[in-house]
Amino acid sequence: MPLELLAPEAEGDSKREGLWTLNFGPQHPATHTTLRLVLQLDGELVLDAEPDIGYLHSGFEKLAEVLDFNQYVTIVDRMNYISPLANEIAWHHAVEKLLDIELTPRCKYIRTILAELMRIHDHLLCVGTCILDVGGATAFMYFFNERERIYEMCERVSGQRFHTSFTRVGGLLYDVTDDWLSMVRDFVKRFPQTYDDVCRLVLKNRIFIERTSGVGVLSREEAINGGATGPVARASGVQRDLRRDEPYLAYDDFDFDVVCAAAGDCFSRFHVRMLEMMESLKIIQQALENLPVGPIFPEGLGKVALPEKREVYQSIEGLIHHFESIMPNRQVPAPNESMYAATESPNGELGYYIVSDGSFRAYRARTRPPSLVHFALFPQLIRGCMLSDVVAVLGSLNIIAAELDR
Amino acid sequence: MSESDWQSKYVQRLTRFTVSFTTYRDQHRIRVEPQELKQVLRELLDAGMDMLIDITAVDLLEYEGATDRFEVIYCLLNTESGERLVVRTYLNEPDMELPSVTDLWRAADWLEREVYDMYGVRFIGHPNFKRLLLPQEFASYPLRKDYPVKGRGERHNFPVITRAKS
Amino acid sequence: MASKLGQLGDSILWTKLDAAASWARKNSLWPMPFATACCGIELMATAASRHDLSRFGSEVMRFSPRQCDLMIVAGRVVMKMLPVMQRLWLQMPEPKWCISMGACACSGGVFDTYAVVQGVDRFIPVDVYIPGCPPRPEQLIRAVLDLQEKIQAGGTIQGSEFEVRDRPEGPPRFDPDELYRIRVRDDLKLKSPQYSPKH
Repeated sequence: MPLELLAPEAEGDSKREGLWTLNFGPQHPATHTTLRLVLQLDGELVLDAEPDIGYLHSGFEKLAEVLDFNQYVTIVDRMNYISPLANEIAWHHAVEKLLDIELTPRCKYIRTILAELMRIHDHLLCVGTCILDVGGATAFMYFFNERERIYEMCERVSGQRFHTSFTRVGGLLYDVTDDWLSMVRDFVKRFPQTYDDVCRLVLKNRIFIERTSGVGVLSREEAINGGATGPVARASGVQRDLRRDEPYLAYDDFDFDVVCAAAGDCFSRFHVRMLEMMESLKIIQQALENLPVGPIFPEGLGKVALPEKREVYQSIEGLIHHFESIMPNRQVPAPNESMYAATESPNGELGYYIVSDGSFRAYRARTRPPSLVHFALFPQLIRGCMLSDVVAVLGSLNIIAAELDR
Repeated sequence: MSESDWQSKYVQRLTRFTVSFTTYRDQHRIRVEPQELKQVLRELLDAGMDMLIDITAVDLLEYEGATDRFEVIYCLLNTESGERLVVRTYLNEPDMELPSVTDLWRAADWLEREVYDMYGVRFIGHPNFKRLLLPQEFASYPLRKDYPVKGRGERHNFPVITRAKS
Repeated sequence: MASKLGQLGDSILWTKLDAAASWARKNSLWPMPFATACCGIELMATAASRHDLSRFGSEVMRFSPRQCDLMIVAGRVVMKMLPVMQRLWLQMPEPKWCISMGACACSGGVFDTYAVVQGVDRFIPVDVYIPGCPPRPEQLIRAVLDLQEKIQAGGTIQGSEFEVRDRPEGPPRFDPDELYRIRVRDDLKLKSPQYSPKH
């Protein structure tokens, strides 16, 4: 719990006796990945925190300048690696907006199903490890079992269990099979059981509630001024969800609620994520019921769309078409323009600012990472809390280092 | 949002500045002179653009037809109405300085540091101005176009530990 | 006592002790997950409910290097992280082993960029490499089993199998092409700028 009475004035901090500095990370179990904090402590009270990031900066944005729009999807995958497909969808959403491509209904629905599966995937890990960090291992084990089921679905649909690289400009790598759809249906049917188990374990658990409620409070004004988006902003009462406010893919067709909370503490961030999983399940269910039939690449796209693999291997036209789409000097020209487009990724607003110089490759592709903006809020959230609250706040913000540092 | 709404809400407030407007696929962009950037952004904040989504930059060294070297981009969002606006300004070496907007939006803190880290644009008035992602002693600005993708050997500049020694 | 036994040299007694020590060591590996990126999540999956690494005697994950004898480098290591990794490696008590998990840790993977170290084996010794991006949990379990075999086959109680590994085991720090590019080509490019600023 934050101890406001003990919180010191800003002035004369350095002169106070008994202050100590604690280095937290980059190798620490609660950071999950690589980030470092330098904490100023008075006993166990956190006076200040200075994050030090960049321990996973690997030049994603430089790579965007040498790879074309289809190739870069493999790199984007590795950005927020607990929901890889959500990144792919965000990247190709931006590219399609730049090239002015309208997707086919079937492709939109499949991408929506995948995006919502990824939201569940992401929240499962975030919530599971959040509970693990404050001392409960059971929910983590339950949730990882469900994650394995989603991994299986990814594997069935794309051939890769983790980094699927499944979307293409204007479409998808393959169409989905009925087999896969029944897998998803099965998941939708069975998931609420695990969810209820975890709810019963956690939502009335006094230890968990006392560790998280009232800790790391982010007010609505601070959230807006600090640029928070996604579950973090919604837990602070910012009623904003790109799926509803700027509908992309097929979200316009579905009926779902935007989950919001008012308290802005760790528990509400955790609870918003939990409830969002059920909303995602609702969307998946509706999409499965109304899944349109038809092609996954729109007509008249010309060389932008990659031909089907079967065509490439079995007919000369398909092979030529594939060659023309792949060879760098024969690709479709893109407009000489720049474009910012964002999607609601599980973590918040994931946007891409693409500057195009007319070729099929980005001149500059900037990622707008939600983790970076959220982690910048961290010192403000942790001031006045106890040392043990650091892991609770970190867990509730869901910082992914690869997205943070790129 | 219709074109006229947008005009009355934002454009009319900016008549005293030298700004130019463009639109591409329902995305509105403003070009601003670097000296007036801060006033324009403050005006836009007052007009309702309460969230700073992103600050980024582009190195236009190899861009065909470009007349300036760097472009700095501010993406703004009005959380009430959902309107978006992209503010762009242009810089050239050697005056690579812009006013910091951390006093308007807290979100600008790390975003400005990242732009400095990658492009070397300095933001005047930033409370804690240093590199964000790369080591402090790193000498170049890696996202500039004259910096090679594979670097200049920094990634291999470490001692080797052999098994017998460790 | 030790000196008298030492005079026996490579007698049969020593071999048996080696085998006993190796047997004990191989079945009680305590891994330290040096999980930086995507592979870290697969490492979690390996330890979690379905794959359950504890079936093979190495589930006691410890995040402090002082308590571990197996470092699993899971994910890419960038130049800001490499000194941290070397320090952690030096802090681990002997005997210790290292698994390089995933394409990025083994060779840099898809990230051939300015910031990413092109394989951790250039800077620290590695015992087992796991390919894949990221490797499946089964592959990690296989690697742990392989390491157990390696320990059983070549382990000695004094760790003398480590003493012979006294030179860098990875590829050379620079390949000739890269050296040429760094020393010559960039200089040429800088001397002839294609762009002239307005002022």
